[in-house]
Amino acid sequence: MDSTLSSSETLRYARHLVLNEVGPDGQECLKDARVLVVGLGGLGSPAALYLAAAGVGTLGLVEFDTVDLSNLQRQVLHGTSGVGRSKLESAQERLREVNPHVSVEPYPVRLSSRNALDILRRYDVVVDGSDNFPTRYLVNDACVLLGIPYVYGSILRWEGQISLFAVPGGPCYRCLFREPPPPDLVPSCAEAGVFGALPGVVGSYQALEAIKWILGVGDPLRGRLLLLDSLSSTWREVEVRRDPDCPVCGDHPTVTELQDYEAFCGITPSEAPAEAAADDYPASVSPGQLLELLGGDDPPLLVDVRESWEWREGNLANRGARHLPLAELTAAPEALPRSRPLVFVCSVGSRSAGAAQFLRDQGHTRVANLSGGLKAWAREIQPDLTVV
Amino acid sequence: MSHDLGTIQVLLNGKDREIPGGQSVQDLLVSLDLRPELVVVERNRQILDRNRFPEVTVEDGDTLELVHFVGGG
Repeated sequence: MDSTLSSSETLRYARHLVLNEVGPDGQECLKDARVLVVGLGGLGSPAALYLAAAGVGTLGLVEFDTVDLSNLQRQVLHGTSGVGRSKLESAQERLREVNPHVSVEPYPVRLSSRNALDILRRYDVVVDGSDNFPTRYLVNDACVLLGIPYVYGSILRWEGQISLFAVPGGPCYRCLFREPPPPDLVPSCAEAGVFGALPGVVGSYQALEAIKWILGVGDPLRGRLLLLDSLSSTWREVEVRRDPDCPVCGDHPTVTELQDYEAFCGITPSEAPAEAAADDYPASVSPGQLLELLGGDDPPLLVDVRESWEWREGNLANRGARHLPLAELTAAPEALPRSRPLVFVCSVGSRSAGAAQFLRDQGHTRVANLSGGLKAWAREIQPDLTVV
Repeated sequence: MSHDLGTIQVLLNGKDREIPGGQSVQDLLVSLDLRPELVVVERNRQILDRNRFPEVTVEDGDTLELVHFVGGG
């Protein structure tokens, strides 16, 4: 066919045009393609940069957050001068500079069951750079329902996972991860850390798989999960088959519309009543409930299990909080009194949930976790508290 | 039930491992210091229902892949 690429585009994509698998037809194909990137963080940054550089004609971007200084160690779309700005604006500016031929469609929203189908249905491929389980299940289910390929990537510490879900003949995310993990037990990157260059590898790989899929070349990652352990520099490949009993993509699906994914993942809104433990002491409390407990007859001892550097930046010592980093706590749990109820806190409620469970296993009966951690406390109760 | 309670050979995460025989998938995860609710187990290319971890015995020659929940982005 006659190429509609301009002479500057021909020059720009010269290294693609000489590849047998791309060539002028493939490059046209990319120009006609529409790819949605969900999240412009560690994964979305390199993914969007490479998709734009490759000449994907239309890039949809979903992001509601602003650039934080702590993002810059890995989120290469954003720069120092962008701190405090919307990630979406920062990304648009950068992507325009990378490739002005790309049309960017911004969505300054949090993806939800209400808006996901309307947004996703406009695209040919979805690249997931989200940072939480509810959004991952939401993106998966929406992709299956709409029949759109779902390029999956996730990262934590030194580990990455990549696959291609929701394509004909292949599995979906739920074929592998049928049920979400118990809430608060899998830490986030904010809590457990993430090696900066790791999302560079995983997000770039997601872009690569999306582009291959659009071009229809090579072997897609369908039915294959790539696991990267960057600390030992090893890749592992696990075969994942489509599960005929999968509730979403199986032979007799039970999920035929989007659900409430926060509830599915066990995340209760903070105003919801706390879940009662066997002995009637709540297993987890919201910031508001904690405030009530602290002002009540038998106020709990607050135990902050974060590391020293986190404690120094801001803490609840003025409310009697005791600092006992997780490692010290697990080494010597007898340091905590059995006579008082205990409420464990950390930055977002994950490490403290583990600590609370550990103390219950040690026979403590009145033990709760602050759900959402000190970040939620700062948001709802004490805005001047610094939580890193 | 396995009668041989000696050691068995399995392929665990792509590596040959010798482990005690007669243990359940649940036992194996616990012996590896893993929380069963945070791991997906693929045994001989089939994903195991989590509820069956305690009742499924790891057999000699099994291929096991353990995959963690990773949600960060």
